[in-house]
Amino acid sequence: MTDVAEVPGRTGPGRQRAIVPLLGTVLQRLGLGLVTLFMVSIVIYLSIEALPGDFAQSILGRSASPETVEAYRQMLGFDRPPIERYLSWMAGAVHGDFGSSLTSRPGAVRAVSAIIGPRLYNTFFLAAMTAIIAVPLAILLGALTALYRGSFFDRAVNGLTLMTISVPEFFIAYILCYLVISKDMFAMTQLGQLLPSWLSSGIGSVLSLMPKLPTLAAINESTTIGERIWKLLLPSLTLTLVIIAHMMRMTRAVLINVLASPYIEMGRLKGLSSAWIVFKHALPNAWAPIATVVAFNLAYLIVGVVVVEVVFVYPGIGQLMVDAVRSRDMPVVQACALIFAATYIVLNLVADVIAIVTNPRLMYSR
Amino acid sequence: MNASKSEPRQKGAPLLQIAGLKVDGFSDDRWHPIVKGVDLRLERGEILGLIGESGAGKSTLGLVAMGYAKPGCRITGGSVTFDGKDMLSLPEEELRLMRGSRIAYVAQSAAASFNPSHRLLDQTIETAVRHGLLGRRLAAARAVEMFGKLRLPRAAEIGFRFPHQVSGGQLQRAMTAMAMECRPDLIIFDEPTTALDVTTQVEVLASMREVVREFNTAAIYISHDLAVVAQMADRIMVLRHGIAVEEAPTRKMLAEPETEYTRSLWSVRAMSQAERPETDTHLSIEGLSSGYAKSVKVLDDVSLKVQRGRTLAIVGESGSGKSTLAQVISGMVPVWSGKMVFEGQVLPSGFRGRSRDLLRKIQMIYQSPDTALNPRHTVEEIIGRPLEFYLGLRGEERDRRVVELLDMIEMGSQFLDRLPGELSGGQKQRVCIARALAAKPSLVICDEVTSALDQLVQTEILKLLDTLQQELGITYVFITHDIATVRAIADQVVVMNGGKLVEQGSRAQVLETPQQDYTNLLLSSVPEMDPDWLTRLLAERRGGAIAAAN
Amino acid sequence: MTPAVTRRRRSWFSRLLKEMRHARFTAWFGVLVILAYAILALFAPQIAPYNEATVAGQPYMAWGGHFLLGTDQLGRDVLSRLIYGARNTVGIAVITTCLAFLLGGTLGIVAALYGGWLDQLCSRIVDVFMSIPSVIFALLFLSAFGSSIPNLIVTLAALDATRVFRLARAAAGNVVVMDFIQIARVRGESAVWLIRREILPNIMAPLIVEFGLRFCFVFLSIAALSFLGVGIQPPTADWGSMVRENAALISYGNITPLLPAAAIALLTIAINFVIDWYLYRTSGLRDER
Repeated sequence: MTDVAEVPGRTGPGRQRAIVPLLGTVLQRLGLGLVTLFMVSIVIYLSIEALPGDFAQSILGRSASPETVEAYRQMLGFDRPPIERYLSWMAGAVHGDFGSSLTSRPGAVRAVSAIIGPRLYNTFFLAAMTAIIAVPLAILLGALTALYRGSFFDRAVNGLTLMTISVPEFFIAYILCYLVISKDMFAMTQLGQLLPSWLSSGIGSVLSLMPKLPTLAAINESTTIGERIWKLLLPSLTLTLVIIAHMMRMTRAVLINVLASPYIEMGRLKGLSSAWIVFKHALPNAWAPIATVVAFNLAYLIVGVVVVEVVFVYPGIGQLMVDAVRSRDMPVVQACALIFAATYIVLNLVADVIAIVTNPRLMYSR
Repeated sequence: MNASKSEPRQKGAPLLQIAGLKVDGFSDDRWHPIVKGVDLRLERGEILGLIGESGAGKSTLGLVAMGYAKPGCRITGGSVTFDGKDMLSLPEEELRLMRGSRIAYVAQSAAASFNPSHRLLDQTIETAVRHGLLGRRLAAARAVEMFGKLRLPRAAEIGFRFPHQVSGGQLQRAMTAMAMECRPDLIIFDEPTTALDVTTQVEVLASMREVVREFNTAAIYISHDLAVVAQMADRIMVLRHGIAVEEAPTRKMLAEPETEYTRSLWSVRAMSQAERPETDTHLSIEGLSSGYAKSVKVLDDVSLKVQRGRTLAIVGESGSGKSTLAQVISGMVPVWSGKMVFEGQVLPSGFRGRSRDLLRKIQMIYQSPDTALNPRHTVEEIIGRPLEFYLGLRGEERDRRVVELLDMIEMGSQFLDRLPGELSGGQKQRVCIARALAAKPSLVICDEVTSALDQLVQTEILKLLDTLQQELGITYVFITHDIATVRAIADQVVVMNGGKLVEQGSRAQVLETPQQDYTNLLLSSVPEMDPDWLTRLLAERRGGAIAAAN
Repeated sequence: MTPAVTRRRRSWFSRLLKEMRHARFTAWFGVLVILAYAILALFAPQIAPYNEATVAGQPYMAWGGHFLLGTDQLGRDVLSRLIYGARNTVGIAVITTCLAFLLGGTLGIVAALYGGWLDQLCSRIVDVFMSIPSVIFALLFLSAFGSSIPNLIVTLAALDATRVFRLARAAAGNVVVMDFIQIARVRGESAVWLIRREILPNIMAPLIVEFGLRFCFVFLSIAALSFLGVGIQPPTADWGSMVRENAALISYGNITPLLPAAAIALLTIAINFVIDWYLYRTSGLRDER
């Protein structure tokens, strides 16, 4: 309610005092986030210590001479004490240097950062594309179902999202793939032949209306932005379906909670219109919990990204991590885990700051 | 729109007329009646008091006057006519434009009813501006003027504060200013002072009354406290279980109530028990200081003595430290300094340092029986546990004793299998009493045991406690904020304020001839069953202030 | 005390029966599906036509004939592997969830009851683990310790215990501040009594709901990890890895790989239906007016 600026006496108490406690609280949250990240990095780092002692031998093969093994260990820094290694790993990580991959060989060192770099961009591109579609849609649907709760629309959306929550990401992905693939040949597929012919031809003609989206998201440096978006439509549609259900349901719960507040009923008794009550009285109090909901759900997005990248063979950091886990290439796994963790912590931090900024109780002291 | 209102009104056409109103409420999967056919008539400028116990349907009735049915309620019959308009058939949009501008509402909890995200002034002028009645500037000026009339401190500035930045009493006044902003014809006050301390209540009540009278606004004042309503209302209606039991002008209602039920509404005030003779000291507290979290000091150098078999009442407002004192005695809050001597022995600080027998001897009964009883335990389990735990009773012996205790609290063995959720408020509190008695205690601490209950139930519980004391010779420490309760049950009285002991003595000494200013203030702030009480009190206080200034 | 307990238990069961009579269709559907899965999991060897690892025919045989749902990439019977998958995937998820509840639930209630350094320590550790999506952590640990069923169970149980801890602590925290807990404490009751008799009965509803949701989550996590190739390892039949192994068939318009995915989805949907109905019945969490 900043639109009363012309009222005399505006420069009363409160205004000037706002910034100081706010800054303090934000800095405090920032510090807390850094501490968490630090703790997480220790946990992530410790996992490499769990590797069996003879991992160098097993990677280089039985025929490798003891000298080769020793040189390999030295190259990876395994001859130094753990704390020293952690510190140098952390120092490197801060500068974007995550050491060398275990697939390195003496003379052919492969830096983790060089492997990750291009893939990081791909992953964030996919995640951002999904978030841009999913977040506003989820909030809108959540708000609508909260406002019209109990209606047919609410129950329909509720049932649908309950189902999509329950379904594994790869199921949604493959169903979408299946629909696209069989769009012109449904009657010939095994399912199409099981069904009565009128039904399968009917389904076939509905399916043939769909655009022929690419089911593989193979891209390289020469892919243009437009092409990239086209190829990513199916993956991001999958991810959208995955996270929208969670986000929408939680937004709905948050809003129902806010709408049950006595000040909302007071608004009605003051003769304010429904739209005004929702936008002026409910929303300002709902931003903070909604921001928390969004941040929380982006965790699902991170997990979803890993699976979806594998399904659509998209060269992102998720697929890289899975490959590294299978080959037990710890430095790469660590770097990926740290990047995912940092992303998530930063997102939560942003949500925290939004919660502080939109709450006058924290902005203005007594 | 203001000019028309100051004109003299012709008698005959009532402002509000409710006839044969019926409202159903939805709970436990079915609809059942809350208001069962109520008739009500309110003239312009008249103030009607609506009084009744919890669940009488008075809030529902108040809201229906605005053409508003609470969520979970539906109007099933009758008519509501406001200024010639049928409120139950008007389109929602027309109703909306009347709410806030022609009929305004003041809620019980101002803290919850103000939006925490907006400044007070913005919320105060919202309706006037949104309904296009006033420009922003004019509305703000009018709000500031009203803040001043309601004696809010720094009226010009307080509007720029957020709700969390002002006190409960101030918020309640701001809400009255909000209701008055459009100069409505009718204001519904829904228990506006119930959540406030008595000394604050006087101030808020006085300023509300002044404003409503000055603008000749009609009002429905809803409360469970007849003494409060009597100060505000010209006429009073008593509601019980959704039916109007009695209706009369205020003076007549107080002087000669027609129904037994109306009289019971002030039954605690009518109670008085003879003072018991002096005995030896049962518990003595010397120089006690205590608090929470090692830094928040709540009790400061408190000394008092409790005599065996008598009742000591500890009186104070919220934040006085009286409940903390109860918790220190029962061992839930540790002693910082000072000591307590119980039955000749030093009482260890903290219950962990006390023997099982010592724990048994000091029992406590809580304010809210809802949270004091485990909702998953049956009455039998609740009362039986102390018998097993302290006295080692088993099997038949235990079962027999449980039934004996149920008889003592005037409940029968048919309650053995009930869960707390299946009992009424008064029954729950009786079970709490039985559980305390099961331990065979010598000292029972009663922490606001009656304040969550309706008047009639309060009286029954107090009488039961009194009877038990006579039979069993138990010592009571009675924590309360209600002076009527003190009058009804106490032998000795201790007054507390801000963690300090203000005054102590026998009931007669403290209540009849108080020595301290605070005790005086506290006692004089308790509303009396006299419509002129507030007027007289304000005159006295103003006179006192003038005298002091001279 | 014993008669009281049996009386309550019987009334609980009869109440359940009564509830089921009025339950909505989705709840019935959920209960039936869960029962069907339980039977499949318990009697897999008796029901399945072949053993899970037996190569019984040619690779990628069509539906019908000896192999109702065809064969997989090695020629194993898909139907048999689906049935054994119920036993393996669901069994592992149940064990993991139970472990997580035992660890996280107990610690959470104790932390709520006593507070202090134990609470602080547990809460800080949980904060760290909650700040990362658990599948990412699982990937990290499985790559360090290697993919085996015990490792998978311990890793997921430990990660999920942090979530259960949060919930149990919050739920117990609401109960611990109640006066009846104070009363029991001041009476001198032991910790075991406080937890078992005073707190637990009051937080059963949210814990049961959480158990259902956690189970779904663990179940989906195992499926995702197996699908990614780092969960349950072949030749053990498992729905997640079955999807991955036969994924290539999708491009021929064959829905066989979708069957195990659908089996996963059906169970989690069924559980969610039951939970949804349970939430609706336990009035405290109802959001209807």
